[in-house]
Amino acid sequence: MLIVKDLSVHYGVIQALKQVSVEVHEGEIVALIGANGAGKTTLLHAISGLVKHEGDILFLGNSLSKADSRAIVAAGITQVPEGRRIFPDMSVTENLLMGAYLRKDKAGIEEDMKMVFERFPRLQERKKQLAGTLSGGEQQMLAMGRALMAKPKLLLLDEPSMGLSPLLVKEIFSIITSINEQGTTVLLVEQNARMALQIADRAYVMETGKIVLSGTGEELSASEDIKKAYLGG
Amino acid sequence: MTQFLQQMINGLSLGSIYALVALGYTMVYGIIKLINFAHGDIYMLGAYIGFIVTTKLGLGFFPALVISMAGCALIGVTIERIAYKPLRNATRITALITAIGVSYFLEAGTQRVMGAGVQTFPNVLANETIMFGDVRISTQQIVIFSVTIVLMVALTFLVNKTKVGRAMRAVSVDPDAARLMGVNVDATISFTFAIGSALAGAAGVLVGLYYNSINPLMGMLPGIKAFIAAVFGGIGIIPGAMLGGFFIGVVETLVAGYWSSLWKDAVVYLILIVILIVKPAGLLGKNVKEKV
Ligand SMILES: Nc1ncnc2c1ncn2[C@@H]1O[C@H](COP(=O)(O)OP(=O)(O)OP(=O)(O)O)[C@@H](O)[C@H]1O
Ligand SMILES: [Mg+2]
Repeated sequence: MLIVKDLSVHYGVIQALKQVSVEVHEGEIVALIGANGAGKTTLLHAISGLVKHEGDILFLGNSLSKADSRAIVAAGITQVPEGRRIFPDMSVTENLLMGAYLRKDKAGIEEDMKMVFERFPRLQERKKQLAGTLSGGEQQMLAMGRALMAKPKLLLLDEPSMGLSPLLVKEIFSIITSINEQGTTVLLVEQNARMALQIADRAYVMETGKIVLSGTGEELSASEDIKKAYLGG
Repeated sequence: MTQFLQQMINGLSLGSIYALVALGYTMVYGIIKLINFAHGDIYMLGAYIGFIVTTKLGLGFFPALVISMAGCALIGVTIERIAYKPLRNATRITALITAIGVSYFLEAGTQRVMGAGVQTFPNVLANETIMFGDVRISTQQIVIFSVTIVLMVALTFLVNKTKVGRAMRAVSVDPDAARLMGVNVDATISFTFAIGSALAGAAGVLVGLYYNSINPLMGMLPGIKAFIAAVFGGIGIIPGAMLGGFFIGVVETLVAGYWSSLWKDAVVYLILIVILIVKPAGLLGKNVKEKV
């Protein structure tokens, strides 16, 4: 579904990604793990068209290398960015409408808003509340709900568990699984390697701008190197 | 009391003009964090477009208003594309200096094309005076005030209730997040310039009507006053610019009326200094640390 081929990204003189190749197949959850500064966010930004890159990105057979962020959303790739990046001065409902920005089917948007509220009842109770006043967990739910409003084929999630309590992390991961079961392909960036490998079909490990390991979730969970570096022994 | 009411009415008329211009400053600042020092000159161009349309084409007030708004929108967008867009990632001071350059260019250009002298703006609206007791209101004042209120209501609706308004708000807080939603950030910025400039164009026609005289440098002082109004209300905050505009207009008129018109500008600057000391974020602003 998504094929990233020899992708390189430079920030001035710093090379943040070095010839990274990653594939995501339809229906999968693919995890991308790696230490701080490895380049995970940069990869997602490149896929979403926020940073310039060399190399090729193919989505459903079409090259996205020349597409702008708008065309990429329209093609079916939506990102839940690191740190949520909800619009703090807008209400919950307005944030969700921003997610549906490129859609024109009013009835469909309304239906999906209902669907999001069913998935995240806490958001429904806070429909009119300004997003900036939500708790961290609620903001993460809003960021995910907002992304779902775009009806993505491929959902990019950048550290959805960041700063959440263990209980909430569990909840977020089970929501990711259920979103995936309902037909959305997921590329998941995580620091929480243990949880990510548990729900992932396949995973990549990134170190200083390169992919150093890949395999199924189980393979990587069992790997001694991974255990040492990411799973705390 | 009568005199006070009279001054208030005059002050609100002047304040309407300031408010309309202040809105453009605040909207542009809100979306690209640029103080568009050429904005006062857009207002001047609005007056000239109104002047040309009424004298050369013989059109009435409302067509002149609409044409001037459209013309200024176009000019604003063009300036943004040519002068500011290439500097989107440059330092703020670069953009600021560019804005001052654009301002001189527009002033000098208008002097060259239209002459440096004062022109008489035609009386396109019958001006009658209505008396409420001893308080006099001119029909012009009523028109100025009503047009301003209608434009403010329309703007508020646009920004708060429409899709493009949501996009404007999204881009102003987080352009990259807006991009991730599929918002065309460049188009949204252009649109913001168009709306802000159109409001300045309207103000230009209204002021031509009110004072009957226009000149190529007429945008300088009102531009600064409107900027102060925007800062007073909280730059980047739309209701703040409305409030600030009316406030500055009223204060200026009261000072001139009760004290001396020599002091009115000084008092306005004093207000700026006081607000910057007491509440730098402006009357309606939240005191947040600036994001870098
Ligand atoms: N806008 C930028 N300008 C310059 N360097 C950047 C920029 N964004 C990221 N970098 C650098 O690129 C490298 C990769 O950063 P990136 O944010 O992709 O890492 P990450 O894997 O997402 O890290 P984390 O887990 O901490 O979020 C880092 O060295 C970072 O300092
Ligand atoms: Mg990151």
